[in-house]
Amino acid sequence: MIIVKNLQKTFQTATGEKIQVLRGIDIHIEKGEKIAVIGPSGSGKSTFLRCLNLLEQPTGGEIFFEGQQINDSKVDIDKLRAQMGMVFQHFNLFPHLSVKRNITLAPTLLKLKSQEEADEEAIRLLERVGLSDKADAYPNQLAGGQKQRIAIVRSLAMNPKVMLFDEPTSALDPEMVGEVLDVIKELADDGMTLVIVTHEMGFAREVASRVIFIDEGKIQEENEPEEFFTHPKNPRLQDFLSKVL
Amino acid sequence: MNFINKIQETLLTDQRYLYLFDGLKNTVIITVCALILGVILGTLLAIIRVNYQNGARGAVMQILNAIAGLYLTVIRGTPIMVQLMIMYYVIWQSGEPIPVAIVSFGINSAAYVAEVIRSGIQSVDKGQTEAGRSLGLSSRQTMVRIILPQAFKNVAPAIFNEFIALVKETSVAGYVGIQDLTKSGDIIRSQTYDAVTPLLFVALVYLVIVIGLTQILGIIERRLAVSDHR
Repeated sequence: MIIVKNLQKTFQTATGEKIQVLRGIDIHIEKGEKIAVIGPSGSGKSTFLRCLNLLEQPTGGEIFFEGQQINDSKVDIDKLRAQMGMVFQHFNLFPHLSVKRNITLAPTLLKLKSQEEADEEAIRLLERVGLSDKADAYPNQLAGGQKQRIAIVRSLAMNPKVMLFDEPTSALDPEMVGEVLDVIKELADDGMTLVIVTHEMGFAREVASRVIFIDEGKIQEENEPEEFFTHPKNPRLQDFLSKVL
Repeated sequence: MNFINKIQETLLTDQRYLYLFDGLKNTVIITVCALILGVILGTLLAIIRVNYQNGARGAVMQILNAIAGLYLTVIRGTPIMVQLMIMYYVIWQSGEPIPVAIVSFGINSAAYVAEVIRSGIQSVDKGQTEAGRSLGLSSRQTMVRIILPQAFKNVAPAIFNEFIALVKETSVAGYVGIQDLTKSGDIIRSQTYDAVTPLLFVALVYLVIVIGLTQILGIIERRLAVSDHR
């Protein structure tokens, strides 16, 4: 479903200094896979995720989504992004719109659904995450865990083929992490293709079909979760796991 | 002649209050139309400036940004009265005075509104753009539906100030032969040979307009803040 070949990303700072964040990432992600991406901060794991829907423009390599190369200037990136949901660390709900409007804005604006269809879908999705009573609330009236569940619903309303999660629980109070992870887990159980950058090792182990360790801009190790966590081979991964577990 | 007589002479004799009504009408027309023009033009200028600052560097963008920069420098660097007279006597010589004034004040106002809206756009978190784009919205849809509403809300008080300033700035419209509120007072003065009373009334009308606007704008601002209530 997603094929990444020799992905590279170099940022240029304001002073003209060049920082290479991704140094050649290769990965095939099959439909229905649940990929957990872990790694120390600054390792490039978020940049990798953001390259997948071109929120960051790669400076080298190729990314294919369902056979089509996406980092090509001829591609209509808006059409592709509409098929890839993304959930952010800081939720990024639209504060000037009600919860329901947050969810229905993109599907109606892109003419995928009529307003009524979108409204019904929004209510149905909100019920699924236990927040149907918040349809008319505004984002600032909600707690962090509620906001993130709504951000997930907002992405789902586009019926994406894959969901990208960029540290979805890192900005949450500890007692709210569980409710968000439960929603993601439910998605995984429904067969959604997921790529999730996370620090929740327990979650990665339980939900992921494959875990990837990125450090210094490269995939240092990838494996199915049991083997990955119990018998890490790469010394950097061993060191990382010894610090976080 | 006592004060009551003076008021009577200024307002009622020969129905002179009609001058003030006509003047008020012109002042309101010029202000409202110029503000609408100013906000539209100012928003476009702001979007050009922001896109350029965010790294859009195409040939068209270079030219647009240069034009926008020149526009802001010239308009903010010269007095509105001079701009108005240049527009009336040089650029648009056979123009109807009121449309000329609307365009002049609109162009002037746009330069100030542009800077206000630019800061408003830049005050919106980058994550908002990313969220919009990640849902498949185009950059234009994201700007119009997500960024601008928040930007306008953030800078609403500053735009309202510009509105209030504009009401008073239009008082120089008399220089191009428009009978605005100020000019109306002047006409009455020339007929009654009494300067104090008509000017007092003119000042009072401006004051009432501005106080009224401040009230209305306060209500609008509170309504805009509805999504902030926790």
